[in-house]
Amino acid sequence: MSSIIPARRSFLGRSGLALSGAAIALLAGRPALAQGTSGSEQDIGILNVALGLEHEGINAYTLGAKSGLLQKPVLAIAVRFQDDHKEHRDTLAAAIRRLGGKPVEEKSLDAYAKALDASTLKNQGDVLALAARLELGATNAYLGVIPSFKEPQLAKVAARLAADEAMHWGILNNALGKPLPMGGMPFGA
Amino acid sequence: MAAAYLRRATSCVAIACGSFAIVPGAWASGDPARGEQLYTSRCGACHSMDANRAGPAHRGVFGRKAGTAEGFDYSPALRSSAIVWTEAALDRWLANPESLVRGQKMGVSVANAQDRADLVAYLKAASAMPKPSR
Repeated sequence: MSSIIPARRSFLGRSGLALSGAAIALLAGRPALAQGTSGSEQDIGILNVALGLEHEGINAYTLGAKSGLLQKPVLAIAVRFQDDHKEHRDTLAAAIRRLGGKPVEEKSLDAYAKALDASTLKNQGDVLALAARLELGATNAYLGVIPSFKEPQLAKVAARLAADEAMHWGILNNALGKPLPMGGMPFGA
Repeated sequence: MAAAYLRRATSCVAIACGSFAIVPGAWASGDPARGEQLYTSRCGACHSMDANRAGPAHRGVFGRKAGTAEGFDYSPALRSSAIVWTEAALDRWLANPESLVRGQKMGVSVANAQDRADLVAYLKAASAMPKPSR
């Protein structure tokens, strides 16, 4: 998308028309830029933090799968959840690029293992508990950033991601034999 | 009430002047046990006590200059701020990070004053504890 802007500017220059930067951003499908650079930069920052979470989630499931601690039915669910996180990653990276940002890069598996204390995982329950903790945190994080987005469409994306994370958490929580939360609206409060 | 308002007003003036010398304000006393629960559920996606993740490690954050956790890639805005993480500074940060440091990276805020007080109480208590040995 960004490559379109210079071409349009060039065209407008040749045609003798004068449009503001905001109008050009709107034409290019970048409404956040139209509202001001700071809003777009803030959205990119939030999206990049979210992308960092998705990288971590993907690697957490890799660590769980490679640990040999997950039995077959649970392993299949973990792989499915990891696939969801890869889709989240790609969605966020695409949004960051669309806004003109650079997606944050994935760290090494060892770095995630260290950050998540993977060496302390001793059985399937430990792996599930870690995954549930990360999914709960991600749910609350996505809900928490919704009001901060300058571009309303990104708030909707965050809400959809939060719903996925909440679904994951519910299934993991059930697998751990834990009770349902007390009362409604347990997330994002 | 008037004294509390005055303290708040003084704090706002200090921020507005760009000094970032955040003076103590009036806030609720916090429960570190509840703060730990809140920390796990609402901050734990990005933060840990002893590891830099999407957010910086928090062990020792209380009394530390902002933007100085070793090895974390901070926004230039936070790194160049002169904030020291006191109770008042953490309260203002959690209430609205972007209003305290424009251009910072944290998109989450904590609207409830008691929740903030509990989180700050936990961060203060945890900061004083040594890193657990493995």
